[in-house]
Amino acid sequence: MALSEKIKKTINGIRHQFPTEQALLIPTLLEVQNDYDWVSIEHMKDVGEFLNLPLSKVREVASFYTMFKLAPMGKVDLQICTNISCWLNGADKLVACAKKKLGVVPGETTADGKFTLNQVECLAACGTAPALMMNEDYYENVDEAQLLNLIAQAQTDLAAGKVVGKSTRIEGVWP
Amino acid sequence: MMYNNEHFEPVITPNVTKPGCETLDFYIQNEDGYKALEKALKMKPNEVVDEVKKSNLRGRGGAGFPTGMKWSFMPPNPVDANGNVKPKYLVCNADEGEPGTFKDRLIFTKTPHRMIEGMIIGGHAIGSNKGFIYVRGEWHKEIRLMQKALDDAYAKGLLGKNILGSGFNFDLVIYKGAGAYLCGEETALLNSLEGKRGEPRLKPPFPAQVGAYGMPSCVNNVETFAAVPYIIQKGWEKYAKMGTERSGGTRMIGVSGHVNKPGVYELPMNLSINDIIEIAGGVKGGKLKAVIPGGASAPMLRADECHVLTDYDSLAKAGTMAGSGGLIVMNDTVSIPEATYTLLKFYEHESCGQCSQCREGSHWLARMFKRILDGGGTQDDLDYIAKICGNMAGQTICAFADAVTGPALSSVRKFRSEFDEMILKGGLHGLGRQESVSHEMGGAHV
Repeated sequence: MALSEKIKKTINGIRHQFPTEQALLIPTLLEVQNDYDWVSIEHMKDVGEFLNLPLSKVREVASFYTMFKLAPMGKVDLQICTNISCWLNGADKLVACAKKKLGVVPGETTADGKFTLNQVECLAACGTAPALMMNEDYYENVDEAQLLNLIAQAQTDLAAGKVVGKSTRIEGVWP
Repeated sequence: MMYNNEHFEPVITPNVTKPGCETLDFYIQNEDGYKALEKALKMKPNEVVDEVKKSNLRGRGGAGFPTGMKWSFMPPNPVDANGNVKPKYLVCNADEGEPGTFKDRLIFTKTPHRMIEGMIIGGHAIGSNKGFIYVRGEWHKEIRLMQKALDDAYAKGLLGKNILGSGFNFDLVIYKGAGAYLCGEETALLNSLEGKRGEPRLKPPFPAQVGAYGMPSCVNNVETFAAVPYIIQKGWEKYAKMGTERSGGTRMIGVSGHVNKPGVYELPMNLSINDIIEIAGGVKGGKLKAVIPGGASAPMLRADECHVLTDYDSLAKAGTMAGSGGLIVMNDTVSIPEATYTLLKFYEHESCGQCSQCREGSHWLARMFKRILDGGGTQDDLDYIAKICGNMAGQTICAFADAVTGPALSSVRKFRSEFDEMILKGGLHGLGRQESVSHEMGGAHV
């Protein structure tokens, strides 16, 4: 298995912007993460081959950053911020609510592989706490009712085969 | 003026509530957009640096280092061993992640062109033709907006070759991070920009000598760049006058936690913490208990210390720091040991692990605070916490370890009686409080 042509094309398109090949490593891994929802050791080998980097270099970077998931995730990564400002404004209630609704503890994926629940550190949305991320989309000033709605909406969208929580990638919606 | 400062006017946020304020057209029509750039391009680079120096602009990322001085550290004509000219890089630090800080996100979404203009002027001042905007990767929406702003600026000839017919070339590229708090530290950011682990570098060499890709580089915060057009346009005197003797201008303060109107406020620096809490609608759900004045790393202040002014020097004198301008307010329903543990488990997760003092120390501090919450703490623990902190602060490559000791040490020192009571009565349960759901997993994060 080699890296997809789509990713190669994207990365070749930005290659001229950077003085070194290694600078492309994080952008490439972000593309892999986006397309496959996780970064497997096979992916890392492919990335290394593409950028002429040893696997160890790819692996040390992939394992450093939180956004690279080294194990398969649910279709929807529900990340609730539990850092200080969100914690002061009821992030606990959201975590408890999500745990109950999804039947998993933070760090786990539901048995149907649809949701992964995570606690995440500061999302820089402290003024609109509590905040959470559903895949790539931010939701702020969230209460329990809204969280349940979001989960229900995501379930409907998944059942309809739609991509959830990547609104900025939808053509036409965004500039 | 309501703030008792006749010189004050908003520098960055005069129009952020108006619809369409993020567009290039709005910026040019209503805010004299890119006029400062036109003016700066007619000035000599060292004149621009002087202007910024005299304005007393200090870095808004946390350390508060004078920006003009940082710019003047850049070597004028760097060459490598073979006599070839080395490129210089200008880097914008938009890896906002200090708990309690959310001001840069506002600039990204509401007035991106102000920051872009500041960067182009900065590029001209330090003689750089290429800038990188290092953004935290979670900001998908913000990155889209910034990319749109860059595309618009390119289309108008404000970026790229021969800007406004001056012969000056400047390119800007967005680089996405991938989720690491530490990449807000400038040398960790540079490593990450090179596609490496975000581990801080030993200094010297400083970034002005060996920065991004081994070339002379200058790293500034989003808010710092956004202040530059005003300084050039209206002159350093006006900007300097707004501030205090040693730091000019306004500050963007993000007020969060237990206040009625949380949000970002652009304010003069001669306000006290109490004033700012009042502006943010007062304390919510109880009386004021404690304030963290400059992002999670700043030592806490008790309610009776909140008359202190919020400029860099006054806060430093009060034993804390102005940091990144994130003001976190806690009311009297909060258990300080619990709140501090919330921060410490964050630091435990984010320590890069390069230096053993920090890797082990942040872990042990979180463990000890958890033990106190669970009812297993002893009086000796409190002394031991101070001892661990002493072994961490100032002993490591970067300031992260110092940041960990900020909340850990200040909470124990300033709220000792609360810790004593918790230890005596057997933790949270002994005090009749529930354990936080989000604390159950300890540091178990992704």
